[in-house]
Amino acid sequence: MAAITLIEAVNKAIAYEMEADKEVVVFGEDVGINGGVFRATDGLQEKFGEERVIDTPLAEAMIAGLAIGMAAQGMKPIAEIQFMGFIFPAADHIISHCARMRNRTRGRLTLPMVIRAPYGGGIHAPENHSESTEAIFAHIPGLKVVMPSNPSRAYGLMLAAIRDPDPVIFLEPKRVYRIEKHEIEDNGEEYPLGMCFVDREGTDITLVSWGAMLHETKQAAEKLAAEGISAEVIDVATVSPLDIDTILESVEKTGRICIVQEAPKSGAIGSEIAAEIAEKGIMNLLAPIGRVSGYDTVIPYYRLEKQYMPKIEHIIEEVKRIVEYR
Amino acid sequence: MLSTADSIYSKESVPQTRGAVVLTTVARFEIKYQQYMDETGTFISNDVPPAFARDIDTLKQLYRDMNRVRVLDQKAYALQRTGKMGTYPAATGQEAIGVGFGSAMTKEDVLVPYYRGQASMIQHGVLMEEVLLYWGGYEKGCDYQVAKEDFPIAVPIATQSLHATGVAKAIQMRGEKRCVFTEIGEGGTSQGDFYEALNVAGIWNLPVVFIINNNQWAISVPSELQTNCETYAQKAIAAGIDSVQVDGNDIVAVKEASDKAAEKARNGGGPTVIECISLRLCDHTTADDATRYRPEGELDDGWTKEPIIRMRKYLESKSAWSSEDETNMLEELAAEVQQAVDNYLNTPVDPPEAMFDYLYEELPEKTVAQRELAIARGAK
Repeated sequence: MAAITLIEAVNKAIAYEMEADKEVVVFGEDVGINGGVFRATDGLQEKFGEERVIDTPLAEAMIAGLAIGMAAQGMKPIAEIQFMGFIFPAADHIISHCARMRNRTRGRLTLPMVIRAPYGGGIHAPENHSESTEAIFAHIPGLKVVMPSNPSRAYGLMLAAIRDPDPVIFLEPKRVYRIEKHEIEDNGEEYPLGMCFVDREGTDITLVSWGAMLHETKQAAEKLAAEGISAEVIDVATVSPLDIDTILESVEKTGRICIVQEAPKSGAIGSEIAAEIAEKGIMNLLAPIGRVSGYDTVIPYYRLEKQYMPKIEHIIEEVKRIVEYR
Repeated sequence: MLSTADSIYSKESVPQTRGAVVLTTVARFEIKYQQYMDETGTFISNDVPPAFARDIDTLKQLYRDMNRVRVLDQKAYALQRTGKMGTYPAATGQEAIGVGFGSAMTKEDVLVPYYRGQASMIQHGVLMEEVLLYWGGYEKGCDYQVAKEDFPIAVPIATQSLHATGVAKAIQMRGEKRCVFTEIGEGGTSQGDFYEALNVAGIWNLPVVFIINNNQWAISVPSELQTNCETYAQKAIAAGIDSVQVDGNDIVAVKEASDKAAEKARNGGGPTVIECISLRLCDHTTADDATRYRPEGELDDGWTKEPIIRMRKYLESKSAWSSEDETNMLEELAAEVQQAVDNYLNTPVDPPEAMFDYLYEELPEKTVAQRELAIARGAK
């Protein structure tokens, strides 16, 4: 059993399912001989052929539209959008068609498709390469939005996404593509969508995050433990549909919550979690809900990028404020 | 129609030197206009028409099919005007296009229609009551009972062109001998999605036929404001695919071009663009008033060229159609349409939970309470 990175886990999961299910096809820009600009599809064309691992023309709307047509025919397309910042030409297809097809045909046409895109900042990329706009898609009924945080989750959730009978937007935290390795048995075992994972048990406060920010969140929890603050850490993993019950249960236990997200603060997944807790769990709270997030700004070009990204010390600072609240 | 043999590209050219510059023509193109039957209902050429057009029963059937669409449109307008249906886009004057290419499709082919697509949809097995249900505000109008693989209408303009390429790609990958037809208005061809679809269809040699329904108007914007090209058919040239322009009021021309394109697509010959020139003889929709923008005289002229009367003249000239036939046919079509209207009007509205029941295969836990709430509120 080899230890692999998150990007390798994505690759392995896709390869596993391509082997198991002939209807699974991969396409996008540079996914073929180049194996994707991040190498998510490395070696797949060699293994499964140009027929099933297809380099498309450079047109994102086309990539999404193509996936819709193929999925309506019962294929299981995995379409890559090279960076999440380029997903917007495809948004008309994702939002106006993909999300609605099952509903508007009363289940006659369904779309078992995955749209993958690397999201988020912190890699000194050009403009429009660093956004965390998951909330835009999480807002749309009919879609599922998945954001794995580590190699094991990426493997299991990708398998579930491919097998899901409905469209899944799979957003990969490119900043942590290669930051850690997990030993993963390549056995095709999936993780459930729509379910949070409790990554660390704690009693004083609940820390909720997803995707790349989970790394800062977990490190903050480590440091807080050294200072005698016991933090429970929850990986949301599927930001839509949100498994609010797991978060509510944790808050019932800890009485405090801090939500950590890379996206701008307003109108975001964190806002939704906070609102759900305010509606259903407010009587369990010992302190106001805290949020650590990106600013409500355009994510800056890379010279200022560090100023934008939430950091471990920001989380620690906010947790202490919440824990010390009287 | 241009075949792959007499390619749109002609790479042979004698380089010409003009001063310091050497100019070589590297590509040329031309677009053919195709017509069989003129507005008087006469075959223009003395040569034999295509086989289907020599069979009087086939022509009678096409005539009936075009009339059915017109009767349905008239009825739909009446329903809207009496508050029994929402906004509806009639296709008056364009019946030959949808019926023509729809009749070139086999059951196994897939239709990816545009919003004014009722002629081809009905031709390909969508029920008239489904068309009425759709425009009457029922999602179940897209749950086609016969045309099971056909796409529902794409309301955002031109997105359907790309869905058609996706369906065509699936068909191609599976090695099936069938094809996809997709329709778009001439205004829709201004959208990027249309170009993207043509482009990929060309590169991948996809089994898809793009029908451009050039009815001269995109709501109030006339065709000359949509493009600086002489034809819409030539938009295919940039994608390296065959194209032809046809008289969209001549159902023989539409069907012949569609038959040929379909046959080519099914046999691995790749995509075709067919521009059908017609005229929208009605408002854009029931919510529109074309007198605000339509030049005087256009309609009078248009009614002399429209497709139905043209075919009737032909059938009459062959002594194959009488006024009694006409009366009988219209009565029968009225009864067919009335049956569809009755079915539509007698369809119960879905219960409120239907909003939730087709969102996903399994409704997310977090939404279950909202579903219960909708049921409770709906019951009050």
